[in-house]
Amino acid sequence: MTGATDGPALSERARARAEYRRAQHRRALLVAGTATAIVLVAVVAVVTTAPGWERAREAFFSPERAWEVLPEVAEGLWLNLRVWVVASVVGLTVGLLLAVVRTSRLPALFPLRVFTVLYVDVFRGVPVLLVLLLVGFGLPALRLEWLPVSAAFLGGLAILLTYTAYLAEIFRAGIESVHPSQVAAARSLGLTRGQAVRKVVLPQAVRNVSAPVASMLVSLQKDSGLISILGAVDAIRAAQIATTGDYNFTPYVVAGVLFLLISIPLTRLVDAWSARQGWRGSLRGVSGAGVVR
Amino acid sequence: MTAPPLLSLREVRKSFPAGPGRRAGRRTVLDGIDLDVGEHQCVVLVGSSGSGKSTLLRVVDLLEDVDDGQVLLDGVDVADPWVDADAVRARLAMVFQQYNLFPHLSVLDNVTLAPRLVHRRPRGEAEEAGRALLAKVGLADKARGYPDQLSGGEQQRAAIARALAGGPELLLLDEVTSALDPELVGEVLDLLLELRAEGTTMLVATHEMDFAREVADEVVFLHDGRVHERGTPAQVLDDPQRDRTREFLRRLR
Repeated sequence: MTGATDGPALSERARARAEYRRAQHRRALLVAGTATAIVLVAVVAVVTTAPGWERAREAFFSPERAWEVLPEVAEGLWLNLRVWVVASVVGLTVGLLLAVVRTSRLPALFPLRVFTVLYVDVFRGVPVLLVLLLVGFGLPALRLEWLPVSAAFLGGLAILLTYTAYLAEIFRAGIESVHPSQVAAARSLGLTRGQAVRKVVLPQAVRNVSAPVASMLVSLQKDSGLISILGAVDAIRAAQIATTGDYNFTPYVVAGVLFLLISIPLTRLVDAWSARQGWRGSLRGVSGAGVVR
Repeated sequence: MTAPPLLSLREVRKSFPAGPGRRAGRRTVLDGIDLDVGEHQCVVLVGSSGSGKSTLLRVVDLLEDVDDGQVLLDGVDVADPWVDADAVRARLAMVFQQYNLFPHLSVLDNVTLAPRLVHRRPRGEAEEAGRALLAKVGLADKARGYPDQLSGGEQQRAAIARALAGGPELLLLDEVTSALDPELVGEVLDLLLELRAEGTTMLVATHEMDFAREVADEVVFLHDGRVHERGTPAQVLDDPQRDRTREFLRRLR
């Protein structure tokens, strides 16, 4: 809006306004810079003057130890990533199906609908940790021959069960956000109920909730670390193993950094992507609210 | 015996819940409507908002079930629940006040959706016909665009093209210019006049009296869910016999 370089010469008034805005901008930068510097200095001062700082630095931030354990922790992370990808794909698919079942009115789907409501209620209401323990120790107790009992499988299953319930609720909100007049338009053209859902409702529903779904997938990536509780050797478990013996906790920091290396770019990617989704015809009426003076 | 009219309504009644809860009672919107629309005819519904015009159109398009009465299409009562409603709706077409285009589909895909899914035309054939229709409504260059890139008038013309794509026997128009800026109303009405000249059968709810005068074979004035006065445009619009009709027309001026 400001800084139009070509076009007709600006009036005296417009130039005065532009100059005022530039001055305001310089002032804002100065305030932000000063505030950041004060906070940084304060944090560094408090941490480095703490009585235990020397020992803490050795125990948590030892570069040699970090380099040593990196391969093991990274290999653990590879397991986290595999669990994440599989749980994402299955969770998205099943979550969307459950949302469709729950919003459908077909009599034949009634039992499935009841199951969906119960399932979502239970798995949204129980802490993930509890689901992990129940699935991880409960299912093997059944001694089903065909059921894999590896910690990675059971842990992944527990996380999948919880996240599928979350995703089903998000997709349901998306379906209900599509205006009934869209269905009326589709049905009036002769489309069947199923065709209207597939071709008109679902595409709009999925777009409407793409941002919350994406952020759910980011936190699924992070929560894949919970499978370590069942003993699966993922990044966290690998770090834990490496700390036994010498009480040097650097491996945990390494695991944390590795998780960040994945989740931060992923979050930024999702942000950029959903910002770009000023998508076709949504009812988002807040355009420009951010630039109001 | 003469063939029955394309569409006949007999004693059609429809009510809605007057409010939340069971004790709120029901509000009668259509209170025994009789109406005939013959092939190539145009019937125009007028009346103040809340008089039941939109509900009547939605009842004909089977978007609402009636409480009582008959909706006869070619003599067959399509209000019967055992009639295949999807097949009936495929023979009719509705244009809505708010256009209701599908925002996630291009203009051409909006127009070809029903031909491909409902009328089972191959994509190439449907797109060829769709492009011809878009050219007819003056949107040939917008086929690949999306609804939110069009002006209100263009969106409504696209919606009319979408309605025509299935080759409907009857076109239902629900106040199709009410949401448009005044300077965009003309382009939509011109298109409808053209369709009328081609003999398209129409049932129209509108507040545009000049347009009604031009296209209507019969004007039906609705009041409180009943037909209050009916006749040719000259009779109803220029020489109304009843007070309510006169009052309504006076307020429009």
